[in-house]
Amino acid sequence: MTDPGFLEDPEATAAPTRPRPGRRTLARRSARTGTRIPLALLLPAIIGTAILVLPLVGLLIRAPWSDLLVRLAEPEVGQALRLSLITASMATVVSMFFGIPIAWVLARSNIRGRSILRALVTVPLVLPPVVGGVALFLVLGRRGIIGSWLYETFGFSLPFTTAAVVIAETFVAMPFLIISVEGALRAADARFEDAAATLGAGGWSTFRRVTLPLVAPGIAAGAVLCWARALGEFGATITFAGNFPGSTQTMPLAVYLALQNDPQAAIVLSLVLLAVSLATLTLLRERWLTRA
Amino acid sequence: MSLSAAIGLQRGSLRLDVELRVEPGQVLVLLGPNGAGKSTVLRVLAGLLPPDTGRVALGHLVLDEPAAGIHVPPYERPIGMVFQEYLLFPHMSTVDNVAFGLRSRRVPKAQAREAARHWLERVGLSTSAKSKPGVLSGGQAQRVALARALIGSPELLLLDEPLAALDARTKLEVRADLRRHLSEYSGPTIVVSHDPIDAMALADEVAVIEHGRVVQSGPPAEVARRPRTDYVARLMGLSLLAGTGEGAQVRLESGVSVSVAEPASGSVYVAIRPEAVAIYPTEPHGSPRNVWPARLASATPHGSAVRCDLTGPVPLTADLTATAFAELGLAPGSEVWATVKAHEVEVYAR
Amino acid sequence: MALIGAALLFLSACGGDDTANSTDGATSDLSGPLTVFAAASLTDVFIELGETFMAQNPGIEVRFNFGPSSGLSRQINEGAPADVFASANISQMAVVSEAGNADGEPTVFVENVLQIAAPAGNPAGITGIADFANADLTLAICAPEVPCGVAAATVFEAAGITPSVDSLEEDVRAALTKVELGEVDAALVYVTDVIAAGSAVEGIDFPETLEAVTSYPIVTLSAAPNPDAGQLFVEFILSEVGTAALEEAGFRSP
Repeated sequence: MTDPGFLEDPEATAAPTRPRPGRRTLARRSARTGTRIPLALLLPAIIGTAILVLPLVGLLIRAPWSDLLVRLAEPEVGQALRLSLITASMATVVSMFFGIPIAWVLARSNIRGRSILRALVTVPLVLPPVVGGVALFLVLGRRGIIGSWLYETFGFSLPFTTAAVVIAETFVAMPFLIISVEGALRAADARFEDAAATLGAGGWSTFRRVTLPLVAPGIAAGAVLCWARALGEFGATITFAGNFPGSTQTMPLAVYLALQNDPQAAIVLSLVLLAVSLATLTLLRERWLTRA
Repeated sequence: MSLSAAIGLQRGSLRLDVELRVEPGQVLVLLGPNGAGKSTVLRVLAGLLPPDTGRVALGHLVLDEPAAGIHVPPYERPIGMVFQEYLLFPHMSTVDNVAFGLRSRRVPKAQAREAARHWLERVGLSTSAKSKPGVLSGGQAQRVALARALIGSPELLLLDEPLAALDARTKLEVRADLRRHLSEYSGPTIVVSHDPIDAMALADEVAVIEHGRVVQSGPPAEVARRPRTDYVARLMGLSLLAGTGEGAQVRLESGVSVSVAEPASGSVYVAIRPEAVAIYPTEPHGSPRNVWPARLASATPHGSAVRCDLTGPVPLTADLTATAFAELGLAPGSEVWATVKAHEVEVYAR
Repeated sequence: MALIGAALLFLSACGGDDTANSTDGATSDLSGPLTVFAAASLTDVFIELGETFMAQNPGIEVRFNFGPSSGLSRQINEGAPADVFASANISQMAVVSEAGNADGEPTVFVENVLQIAAPAGNPAGITGIADFANADLTLAICAPEVPCGVAAATVFEAAGITPSVDSLEEDVRAALTKVELGEVDAALVYVTDVIAAGSAVEGIDFPETLEAVTSYPIVTLSAAPNPDAGQLFVEFILSEVGTAALEEAGFRSP
């Protein structure tokens, strides 16, 4: 029965036994109780995994294992790999620097034209990368809208430089980060920002000390996606940055060119890229990517 | 500094039109049903929602005056606010949560943490300093939220349903604690609640808000004894009837007369406490002047009593002991007689 | 009126005469799809020739697959259904022959040489192959893994210069795009590509180009689904009509 002295109040909602103001991961609970996956989900999941994994298995089977080490020792391999890792990482950093503010504007601000902004942001996702590369030329090339000014004023031209690789990779990969972070910001409780405001924190301070830490896992997940996309980028890179070993020949470019007359070399390069990517991605602990 | 606020706001279908004044050290409880606009008032006072018209001032400090284009943002207001679900920052430890307000003012980390630890001790949570909010119980979280709001020595304290998230037993403890803390706080306090007990326990003054307007205000005991709206009456469990005073009688709109102890005239309210109503299976003949036939519409357990809804010429709410209820063999639909002593009837101007 | 009518009759008779008297691509009863794998540099001229071939052989539907010769040879060896293979170099044809997929001996039907391609107006004032050693210029050539890159290496050696290039393009099309956009001062591509690029690109000859002549062989494939039509097509390419069109496109006769 109800507690003594508790006046009946038909208007009031009964105080529910709420879960504590904190977080209980659903994931933890299901892991403990071992939720069984329904067959209707399990079957497509298995088939889908096979579609994703079989090409990789094919690579492994056809790899020239006998002279693998000799091929790996060739200087171009290390060069291309190093360049790929460096440019992909830089592209991710640049993407975060510009992408997080864009995501914030899309998720939190009230300015008009947000839907147009969002559509523009996703353009690189639907544009064929080579077209993206040509477009970059038209803006940043020696005869480009901005690039020509750069060239005339500083004598500096972007195409065929490592910087161009980073720009091309950023162009194709940044939308992934923006979409991830916007999603995370929308899912985050905006009321925490209200609370921070009442505690004296202005816009930037709130963003830095409350919003950003709250969506950090979402940002991390977006950054991973962005990095992976940048690493695999081919079309925009080879078009805008060109191809030159050491400065602009990333792994995907090396693979494509090797395929022209030495498929075995192409397989080796692909395996290297695969191994490095898998290693990096598995090192990223799952708990950094889910709500911490 | 005292708070004086006149707030006019249109938000969707809610039209808010409220005037408040709270002195330092005073606790005002805004009571009302969900959707009445009480939390909206709080958000306006906090600066999270600018009003359309009116003026909000804390002492000489004008916080809002739309006509003059003044709106002080929340982070520039000397306020402390406790939110309905506490909203403790989940990624920070308890002590960092409490220290947040000071860190916002660029108080160095060590100093802020020291002050925070001192406050946690004050609310009895010094052992939870390093924990994350996720492991705290409801009552603990509430206390941390309060410490977090008070650490900056705010000039105005706002609490939005501070006890709503707690289960009944914790509520009792925490309410008592809260009462103590509020009495120690020197500035004006506004508490929003839908629970009349909160009003009784915490308030120096109660303002009842319905449909965006203050329909009644006054000391809690006064509001409880002399409700002016059905909502408040129901909240208190009182039967509220409207009528015209004719000396020793009050003629209700239904035509029936209620005998009252004090002479009354003009438009009046008649309020009867549920425990003042007695029920008989047959028409009683005794001292009570007020005897009416009634039908039992429904009966619900209410604490240790049974609360009965009686329909008839004089609709009433009556509280019976469970034993009495059982002995009388009452059931919904039973025809009974209700009596009320004239002395038990509260009459006041409408 | 009558004069015009007579003129039209005369012209159509001429047209009719040509087809009736031609010894190449004679109307046949062959029909069905004909799949031709051809190097990318043959794109424009083969499409044109394909139209003519189909006009002469209404029952045959020619379908082209253009691409880098290395990719095409691999596809053929992996079992892609093709009737004819026209390669941009001997070695890729050898890849197909050695796998036993060529039907008989391939025939070299044209040759191609390199030419310097500069943006219209030649803003950087390129004069010859020696400019490719100039580090101040932005230059592109084909990557060494592709045939035109191999040819480039040969001419550089013949000219005795060490090239200073900024990009090794994966195919001629990519190199030409950069020239057309004016983003490189010059590129080394095939003369046929310069002609195909039209007015956006200017071609500059250089004597050393004759040191690296690329031979284009053509052959019918042994697993051809439509071998007779394939044979007909090869004969058509080797005929006067075919040769004329190819020469107009800039190819040289072997």
